[in-house]
Amino acid sequence: MAISRRQWKTVFYHLLVGLLALGMIYPILWLVASSLKPNDEIFTTAYSLIPSSLEWGNYASGWAGFAGNSFGTFFKNSFIIVSLSTIGAVCSSALVAYAFSRIPFFGRGFWFGCMMLTLMLPRDVTIIPQYIMFSELGWLQSFKPLIVPQFLGIPFFIFLIMQFIRTVPADLDEAAKIDGCSKYGIFFKVILPLIVPAMMTSAIFSFYWTWEDFIHPLLYLNQPELYPVSLALKLFLDGESLNNWGGMFAMSTLSLVPVFVIFFIFQKYIVDGISTSGLKG
Amino acid sequence: MKLRENDHVVGYAFAAPFILGFLLFIVYPVFSSLYYSFTNYNLLEAPSWVGFDNYTKMFTDDEKYAKSISVTLNYVLASVPLRLAFALGVAMLLNKAIAGIGLYRSAYYLPSLIGGSVAVSILWSQVFGDKGLVNSALGLIGIESSTSWIGNPGTALWTLIALSVWQFGSSMLIFLAGLKNIPKDYYEAASVDGANKVRQFFKITLPLLSPIILFNLIMQTISAFMTFTPAYIISRGEGGPLDETLLYSLYLYKRAFTFYEMGYASAMAWVALIAIGLVTLLIFQSSRYWVHYESKGDR
Repeated sequence: MAISRRQWKTVFYHLLVGLLALGMIYPILWLVASSLKPNDEIFTTAYSLIPSSLEWGNYASGWAGFAGNSFGTFFKNSFIIVSLSTIGAVCSSALVAYAFSRIPFFGRGFWFGCMMLTLMLPRDVTIIPQYIMFSELGWLQSFKPLIVPQFLGIPFFIFLIMQFIRTVPADLDEAAKIDGCSKYGIFFKVILPLIVPAMMTSAIFSFYWTWEDFIHPLLYLNQPELYPVSLALKLFLDGESLNNWGGMFAMSTLSLVPVFVIFFIFQKYIVDGISTSGLKG
Repeated sequence: MKLRENDHVVGYAFAAPFILGFLLFIVYPVFSSLYYSFTNYNLLEAPSWVGFDNYTKMFTDDEKYAKSISVTLNYVLASVPLRLAFALGVAMLLNKAIAGIGLYRSAYYLPSLIGGSVAVSILWSQVFGDKGLVNSALGLIGIESSTSWIGNPGTALWTLIALSVWQFGSSMLIFLAGLKNIPKDYYEAASVDGANKVRQFFKITLPLLSPIILFNLIMQTISAFMTFTPAYIISRGEGGPLDETLLYSLYLYKRAFTFYEMGYASAMAWVALIAIGLVTLLIFQSSRYWVHYESKGDR
């Protein structure tokens, strides 16, 4: 009797949690399904997840893009911006994290405090002067305003990597020092190999944030041939392309593919990163 | 002595990227936007000093501004508590060691992973459109609805709130990590003492999670105040219908980059900075009444 009641509870649990989970991902499934439906079917049987016929043509018509710029261009732009930003963000953050957690330099506490404040600074306050600054530098209509600031350390990643360096025993530094290592040597030979997991987590989030970033490209780029994918998707909502629903769903789906692929490969890093530092995904 | 000296040089060498970025992209912009906020500046001519005009106009002569404040407050006050409640509720459901839990966790987390993207905002505008998924599903259960949830001023903001709440996954993961840190014997001891589940939740779970709730509350509130992309995409950059989705960031963007009123927009940014600072301070101040730190605990 007791066992059967427990089994019922388990069944009920899976039913509840499973249905809720299905509800959570239903919109995503719907997006993928709609990307394969013929244009006239998308909204007539909107509730359905099963297309009457697989319409791969949506992907071709979406990929063709706008006014001669195909999604090949947009994906290429995104990959350039994302890879350079990510390299810059991770390398610079690792250097700063080492300084903050291992080198007792004058003013360290002050700069660390500044960094924690930056974490909470609303973006709106800096966005206008930054725009003016970049326009005076002649950097508008280039990737520079999107990439260069990433090379100057990202507070979230600095914090995350610091948490990780703290778990590396200080004895290791001491031993390396006795062996004649300088602070630089300790960083490259002792610390760096040990903080690879934290750098991976940072790289994954840097990828997500720059891949999905919309407001910065919107500000700095207005020539379609420079658009990253996020900004190019907006073009489906403008003017004459308005009726290519299938193409819009197809390219939206495609824009999420890298996100999903990275999630399924690196799930552990992502979950650990969020759990230990409160990074938002 | 020589060695310590060295530490300073090496320290600054390693910290240089942050210090440079901080001065260049944070300190300078924050203060120059304060200066711009007292000027009229359209990027073409030099800024001209107007004193407090921008601030006065904002609070006395700009109905859209008042509207955007009320829209933003509604958005923040609805989406943040709902999101945290869902995050905590689902985290408690998933805090079990049974087969398949990893799969559920991924399913709940996925929306928050992609939620900020343009693709999802586009998806959302179709899900809640006049012939979208929601109306279609309602039709299946016999409720005919053909008005667009996005186009209807009464429901437009709620579609944005729903989008935000849907992304409770990352907070859920943080809560889940916190729940796993609560020793099992607390609950065992409590049930021996005859405390039921509800009582255990309020006496054990909630107090022990309260530092994490505080952290989540602050970060989520700040980011909710700054929400931009979904409002921009769903309302096609307009904040409509009837300014019902004119979130603060969107209005600021329009003032700055559609009308090129950099001075006015900077003043808006500073009001936001001060307001968000006060709200954060308020949350911190209130925390002494409800956040429980285990070190001084009596358990």
